[in-house]
Amino acid sequence: MTAAAGVRPGAVREAVWRALGAVRDPELDEPITDLGFVHELSVHATEQGGPDSGVRVRLRLPTYFCAPNFAYLMVADAHDAVQELAGVVEVDVALEDHFAAEEINAGVAADAGFAGSFPGQATAELDELRRTFRQKAHLACLDRVYRHLVEQGWKIDCLAEVRLRDVPESAGRSGLLRRRRDVGLSTDPDALLVVDEQGRPVPSAEVARRLRFAKAVRVSVEGNSAFCRGLLTTRYGAGTGETGPAGEERERP
Amino acid sequence: MYAKDGENYFVVDSHIHFWDGTPANQRNRYGEGFTNCFYDYHKNLSPEEYLWSPEKFAAYTEQDLVRDLFEEGHVDVGIFQPTYLTDFYINGFNTTERNGAVAERHPGRLIANGAFDPRDGEGGLEAFDRQAARWNLKGVKLYTAEWKGESKGYKLTDPWCYRYLERCEQLGIRNIHIHKGPTIYPLNRDAFDVADVDDVATAFPDLNFIIEHVGLPRLEDFCWIATQEPNVYGGLSVAMPFIHTRPRYFAQIIGELLYWLDENRLTFSSDYAIWHPKWLVEKFVDFQIPEDMQAEYGVLTTDVKKKILGLNAARLYDLEVPASVTASMNGGSRVAGAVPA
Repeated sequence: MTAAAGVRPGAVREAVWRALGAVRDPELDEPITDLGFVHELSVHATEQGGPDSGVRVRLRLPTYFCAPNFAYLMVADAHDAVQELAGVVEVDVALEDHFAAEEINAGVAADAGFAGSFPGQATAELDELRRTFRQKAHLACLDRVYRHLVEQGWKIDCLAEVRLRDVPESAGRSGLLRRRRDVGLSTDPDALLVVDEQGRPVPSAEVARRLRFAKAVRVSVEGNSAFCRGLLTTRYGAGTGETGPAGEERERP
Repeated sequence: MYAKDGENYFVVDSHIHFWDGTPANQRNRYGEGFTNCFYDYHKNLSPEEYLWSPEKFAAYTEQDLVRDLFEEGHVDVGIFQPTYLTDFYINGFNTTERNGAVAERHPGRLIANGAFDPRDGEGGLEAFDRQAARWNLKGVKLYTAEWKGESKGYKLTDPWCYRYLERCEQLGIRNIHIHKGPTIYPLNRDAFDVADVDDVATAFPDLNFIIEHVGLPRLEDFCWIATQEPNVYGGLSVAMPFIHTRPRYFAQIIGELLYWLDENRLTFSSDYAIWHPKWLVEKFVDFQIPEDMQAEYGVLTTDVKKKILGLNAARLYDLEVPASVTASMNGGSRVAGAVPA
């Protein structure tokens, strides 16, 4: 089977764009496609797979010194997301203009893992790092949902008892469920809204503190996101990266 | 001193540099990348009328610094925070020696802080003693992401770091400025994590730990630690310039910091020459939390602004504050703790 059979022009490119849209900056908790990190995306024919079966992606970051572990995760996740697409037989994903681009690109292409890409400088893969930032993403989202509830007149003293079923449908609620799944928390309607990292109930006396910290996390993450967007524009100019198909709906961060 | 609406403000810019970022001093592509990165910070957040060319940014002069800080920038005292980066720059980026030479020509106006690197071990301790004596150090700046050969950084909890912090205690160097960066050993950890600050702040209760850039990009972790450790402070460089481009975000940062810490543990800084202190000082004195956010964050009083702009750093560095600054404050000069012993 080839990607070209019965496929309208541009369909593979759109599929790649959607796949890249599922890759998030772990720190900023936003898709790399929204952040402007996709500098180039092109599809081409390969001998083995025929038309539109080869994909080339070039990624870029706001600074030359962005942390190499997060950079690695984005390049590796982008590579994996494209490779999983049916009909794609050749994947070339690389990071540009970064101090560790050479190590990261070679490591991702060879499937060497993070420790294999930085021999002698890393002691483990990045699962723990990813988990830490998924916890932060969950907390930031919890604050968004909480603010929404407060706007609707909820009082903080009953929040320890609130269950997911009590939270009205909203974009924030769907986002929260996804982030709960990411960190292994229950999404059962009977599950409590405010829980600790292990999913245990938070005593009512500590709920306010937990939510206050969630707010600090949200302020931090949203601020970092805006700063990174600004630096990327300063570095490369506005409107220089790849964009998705016109009129495409974007998920709220 | 800055005067506005009948109030006097004593301004201590607690994070400034006198660097050489020129191509001639760049040892490799990392040095080039570092200078460019700093320049993008400058370009991204400065008002247009304060933008420099990349050439001037890499090689401003002592005359520029003196004019920008003291003649135009309202600064009373500036504190140099060295950044060695000798793996990136042939003569270092801005060393204690380079800063100190300027400081000695402007006595009473400039303070040169020192630095140590725990990876220098025993021999480094002796060199640190000499540095402390030569420059009469009251503070040091540590950059935990500093590269040193194969090493891409260190943690404050590394055993040799404890040895150096003990030496700081012995030498009476009480102000430990911490700057986190993008790399650390091991690389799989979050390099910006400030958890090690928690440990050393508990282990060394007589030292003050001033976390530069208020822990950004980990503002929340910084707040969480600082609320529990009374000897942890927040340096506002990098946070300050948002006051121009994103004042509502700046209000949130200040609001969070005042909630988790208090008004006595935040210090103003420009990170000169990344940003010019003139507009930062003027905008901060004029700044107020937007009305629709005041229920959440309260308001910034004149007293709070005075403390952040200079009185808190004056306390850390035993600087004499003119009585005209503290006279109108609630609690007078006691609040500032500004009368030198």
